[in-house]
Amino acid sequence: MLRHSLLVRLTHWTNALAIFFLLMTGLNIFGAHPRLYWGHAGSVDQVERQWLQMGASGSAARLRGWVDVGDRRFDTTGLLGASESPKGAPSIVAFPHWATLPAMRDLATARTWHFFFAWVLILNGLMWLGYGLVSGRIGREILPSLAQLRPAHLWHDIVEHAKLNFPKGEAALSYEVLQRLAYAGVALVLIPVVILTGMAMSPGLNAAFPFLDALWGGRQSARSVHFIAMAAIAGFMALHLALVLLSGPVRQIGAMITGRMTIGGGK
Amino acid sequence: MIARRQLLGALPAGLLLSGCDALTKVDTLKAVVKSGEQATYRWQRLVGRDGLAREFSAADLSPVFKVNGTRRPTNSEWQALEAGGFADWRLRVSGLVKKELALSMADLASLPQRTQITRHDCVEGWSAIGQWTGPQLANVLKAAGLRDGARYIVFLCADDYGGEASKGGLQSSSRYYESIDLVDAFHPQTILAHSLNGQKLGAGHGAPLRLRVERQLGYKQAKYLMQIVVADSLAPFGQGNGGYWPDRGYEWYAGI
Repeated sequence: MLRHSLLVRLTHWTNALAIFFLLMTGLNIFGAHPRLYWGHAGSVDQVERQWLQMGASGSAARLRGWVDVGDRRFDTTGLLGASESPKGAPSIVAFPHWATLPAMRDLATARTWHFFFAWVLILNGLMWLGYGLVSGRIGREILPSLAQLRPAHLWHDIVEHAKLNFPKGEAALSYEVLQRLAYAGVALVLIPVVILTGMAMSPGLNAAFPFLDALWGGRQSARSVHFIAMAAIAGFMALHLALVLLSGPVRQIGAMITGRMTIGGGK
Repeated sequence: MIARRQLLGALPAGLLLSGCDALTKVDTLKAVVKSGEQATYRWQRLVGRDGLAREFSAADLSPVFKVNGTRRPTNSEWQALEAGGFADWRLRVSGLVKKELALSMADLASLPQRTQITRHDCVEGWSAIGQWTGPQLANVLKAAGLRDGARYIVFLCADDYGGEASKGGLQSSSRYYESIDLVDAFHPQTILAHSLNGQKLGAGHGAPLRLRVERQLGYKQAKYLMQIVVADSLAPFGQGNGGYWPDRGYEWYAGI
C-alpha cells in the first residue's frame, strides 16, 4: 500500500534535517547570552523582567552549573550551565558541547548555519503546507475529525497508547487521534511559532513588518517564546522517535523512505 | 566535580555528533551555507526597503543602556582629543565624493537634528532602548556629494578592539570599522549620534560620535567615528568583509 506520497517523504526528511541543525546551532547561539526576558528590552544591566538564566559558580575544580527560573535555582551541573569540554576540562557553557553546533562556542558560525537552515525550514514548510492544503491531506489525515475528538474516543486512544497497542492492519494506514493532535500541534502551531518568533528577533524584518515583534510583546518576549517552542519541538521529537521505535521502527521508517507500508501481519 | 555518570550518559551522543562539528569546517559546505546571507539581504531589501524601525516613548527607555565592546579607546590620538573636549576632533568625509569634508562637532550641530528612541539589538541576544540625537547621515553625504560608482559608506573608528570570547570565532585585535549600503545610508533613521538620552556620548558609548543604523544589529553601530569613506568596494578595508565583526565570520548585512 502506498502510505506516504513522494512529496510528503521528501518534505519530512528535509524538515528533520533542518530541525536537527537548527536545534544544535540554536543551542550554541543561546550560549552567547544565556538569559531570557519578557518585553522589548533586557540585558545584564536591565534584569527586572528576566525569567530564566543559565550560569555557573564555584572554582574551576568545583564548578556547579545552575538554571534559575524565576526565583528558583536548579542544580544542573554536567548538563546546563557547566559541563565538560570535549577535552574533559570543566567549562562554563549553557548547553554542553555535544548538544551544540559547532561544538565549541562560536556565535558567528552558529548564526550562519542557523539562518541557512531557517530558509530550508521555511521553504520546505511552505511546500508541505501548499501541497497539504491543495490535496486535502491536511484536512483528511492531520486534523482530527470531530468524531475522534469525542472524550470517549480520546480516552480509548490514550489507553491504547499507554498499553503500547498500536494500530494494526488497515487501521495502521491512517493516524489515530493523539497522533493527529501531535502532528497538527507541531506542524501547524509550534513550527509556525518558532519561525515567526525567529523573524521577530530580526531588526530588519521588524522594521519591514512592525506587527512581527508586537505580536509577542517585544523582541525579548519573542526570544523567550522561540526558546519555549524549541523545547516543545525537541520534546515532540523525543516522543516521536520513541514511538517509532516502539511501534516497529523498520516498518515505520521504511514507509517514510519508500512510501510503502505492508499491512496485515502487524509487526 | 562533574559526575561520571552524567559524562557516560553524554558519551554516545558526543561520538555521534562530533561528526557534525567537522561539517562546519568543510569549505564547500561553508560557501553553501553562507549563501543564506545573500538570500536574507535581498529578501529584506525587497520587502522592507523603506520600512522604519519602531520608535518608542520615553517611558520605554532602558534604565541603564549597557556599554558593549570598547569601553574607552586606548590609543593616544583619541585620548588627546578627549582631553581637549573633542574641540580638535574632525569627522573626515572622503573617497568617492565631489567635495571632501572635515566637520567639527559645531558643524554637525548646525545640521538639522533628529532625535529617535529606538531599540538596540545585540547579536548576542540582549536589547536596550535609548534615545539618540544627531544629524542624518544623508545630509552629510549630500553636502559631500557622491560620485559615480559609490556603493558603500565605510566608517573608520578610533578604537582597537580585541573582541570578546562570548562572540566566538577569530579574536585578533584590530581597528574597528563598519560599512553599510546606500539604502541604509540614506534611510531617514540613519543618524550620526552625538547624544544618548539627552547627554553627550560618554567614552563607553562612542564619544564623540557614533553611527545609528537602526534596522541592523548592535555591531553595525560603529562608535568613536573618525572618518567616513565613500567606496565602490569593501576589499581595501580590513580583511575585505566590510567590518571588524564581518571579518570574523559575522554577517555583513546584520538586519537579522
